[in-house]
Amino acid sequence: MSLVQSLALTLPELILTVGAVTLLMVVAFVGDQATKAVSWAAVALLAVASLALLGPAGHGGAAFDGLYRADSFAAFAKLLIYIAAGTTLIVAPDFFARNGNVRGEYPVLILLSAVGMGMMVSAGDLLTLYVGLELQSLAAYVLASFMRRDTRSAEAGLKYFVLGALASGILLYGISLLYGFTGTTAFEGVAAGFADGLSMGEMFGLVFVMAGLAFKISAVPFHMWTPDVYEGAPTPVTAFFASAPKVAAMALMTRVAVEGMGGATDAWRQIVIFAALASTILGGVAAIGQTNIKRLLAYSSINNVGFVLFGLAAGTQEGVAAVMTYLAVYVAMTVGSFICVLQMRDTDGQPVETIASLSGLSRTRPGLAAALAIFMFSLAGIPPLLGFWAKFLVFDALVAVGLWPLAMIGIATSVIGAFYYLKIVKTMYFDDPAPAYAPMESKVEGGLIAISALFVSPLGYLAIPALGAASMAAARALF
Amino acid sequence: MIQTIAFYLFAFMVVAAGILTVTARNPVHSVLWLILAFFNAAGLMVLVGAEFIAMLLVIVYVGAVAVLFLFVVMMLDIDFTELRSGVARHAPFGVLLVLVLLAEIIFATAAWNAGGIDMARSAAPVPAEVPNIEALGTVIYTRYLYIFEAAGLVLLVAMIGAIVLTHRARGGTRPQNVSQQVKRRPEDAVRNINQPVGQGVEL
Repeated sequence: MSLVQSLALTLPELILTVGAVTLLMVVAFVGDQATKAVSWAAVALLAVASLALLGPAGHGGAAFDGLYRADSFAAFAKLLIYIAAGTTLIVAPDFFARNGNVRGEYPVLILLSAVGMGMMVSAGDLLTLYVGLELQSLAAYVLASFMRRDTRSAEAGLKYFVLGALASGILLYGISLLYGFTGTTAFEGVAAGFADGLSMGEMFGLVFVMAGLAFKISAVPFHMWTPDVYEGAPTPVTAFFASAPKVAAMALMTRVAVEGMGGATDAWRQIVIFAALASTILGGVAAIGQTNIKRLLAYSSINNVGFVLFGLAAGTQEGVAAVMTYLAVYVAMTVGSFICVLQMRDTDGQPVETIASLSGLSRTRPGLAAALAIFMFSLAGIPPLLGFWAKFLVFDALVAVGLWPLAMIGIATSVIGAFYYLKIVKTMYFDDPAPAYAPMESKVEGGLIAISALFVSPLGYLAIPALGAASMAAARALF
Repeated sequence: MIQTIAFYLFAFMVVAAGILTVTARNPVHSVLWLILAFFNAAGLMVLVGAEFIAMLLVIVYVGAVAVLFLFVVMMLDIDFTELRSGVARHAPFGVLLVLVLLAEIIFATAAWNAGGIDMARSAAPVPAEVPNIEALGTVIYTRYLYIFEAAGLVLLVAMIGAIVLTHRARGGTRPQNVSQQVKRRPEDAVRNINQPVGQGVEL
């Protein structure tokens, strides 16, 4: 395969990279007043990159001698990532303008992070995996401490950086073991090395790689950074962290597990099952005592990652399809919730993050309360909202491979989770009103909330045939 | 035969230059001996067929690191006799380090010879007729071009990040405005006057 053909397959990343560097020049020469225009230009770039997925970049096969895979699995994950990144780009300028932190580098960093995430989900080689992950993480560390004068933001960035570097080290050690014991970094080569039984060194490599990736998706017991980072980072950045990188890391983990370590399913399944159980239980229990909505949503994301991991634990095509569907629904729910959190600000325009301030929201801001209630019900997996369908698919895949005891425990833990989601709904609808929030300034944000609320509402079931077919096609690409 | 002579020549020079680096009284001489040691080590690398590493040694170590050392040694006012006075006290630690390194070299060589973890398969040796600069070039700039470019992006992000997190516009400075300077014409700045005798200058 010639270089030009390979480049054609990486078209989305090329568009984003060239665009990001161009926008960086614009920011450098025009200054921070161009931020809003640059943000919209970045959204346009993400849209163009999504369109590029329709071409050979969406289903062209392997490029660069197997370093890169352009298949429908990667295309599905990339579409989700671009949508999530684009949404967090749209809502960010107003937020930063309110607290005087407008910096034109924000959209550029998001774009470069999106390039890294695209590399992650398209990885066909442990090297691509690692470099993509580093590109994404490095941009994320900077974004976390983007409001550098805010001590909480700086603390979040530092914490994320130190723990992220540790996780990268663990991952890299695993990769080096896999390379040492199988003689290659390509996923096919690793799979071939696993085919004749798992040696002790390969086993260690597998465990370290899984542990490093579990950190990136913030699965228990590698979740400690999540609440602190989510609380400290600026809210649009938190929305970004909770959506796009989660999708990328989860898709990456799925690909590594199925494509690279398919011969050792029994070995990684134990790890995934433990992480899934621990995440759902801890994500449910630890969220109960939270008083800060961003911390609560952090535990909610840990909880949800647990359910996604249940799908991976099934290890079948149906399981992987359930993972992809769940991620799509999860992105809509999470991004929607965080845009609702962005509306929580007092009459001076300062952000408010306590759950208590939501009291009686149904009387002061009925529309916002209804939307947030829809997201909470959906996150809790209560029918007829779309969050239920996603959980149903995951457990269906588990039962199909005979792991029904695990499915039972999973359903039980989802009940624990439902408690704190419903507590928010109760606070909004049945408590005495707290001081009202400032009115919504942006029609775009209202529209985004409405779109995501409609998607997870029962109307979203209309999208199930298309979503199911796309997820199934994505899963088929791995098997 | 000629290789053997060359090997012993280079090896002897490396060891001798190394000893002189440590024992030389003048620190500038030390650095010069170090450069000689690097050159001879590069010669050894050429002998084993690793010409890329040989060039790297000369370019990076001699060209950059040694010059840096020289600058540091010449510019900083360090009392080397005082530094040297602790040699006897630190000698046991040095000997320990030497023993550890020696043991590691012996272990590594023995493990390589025993072939326990099948290194030959992992290392994927290249055909002998390809020079190793070409082989490395093929690996970095052709086989792994994609990763190489992405690594460049990682560095770009690191640079942007460092600027975002630390740069601030300073107020109250009076920077040079080049275009204003260039635009300034003689008419704006110079006035020709015919000064009459006996009167004061009007400014």
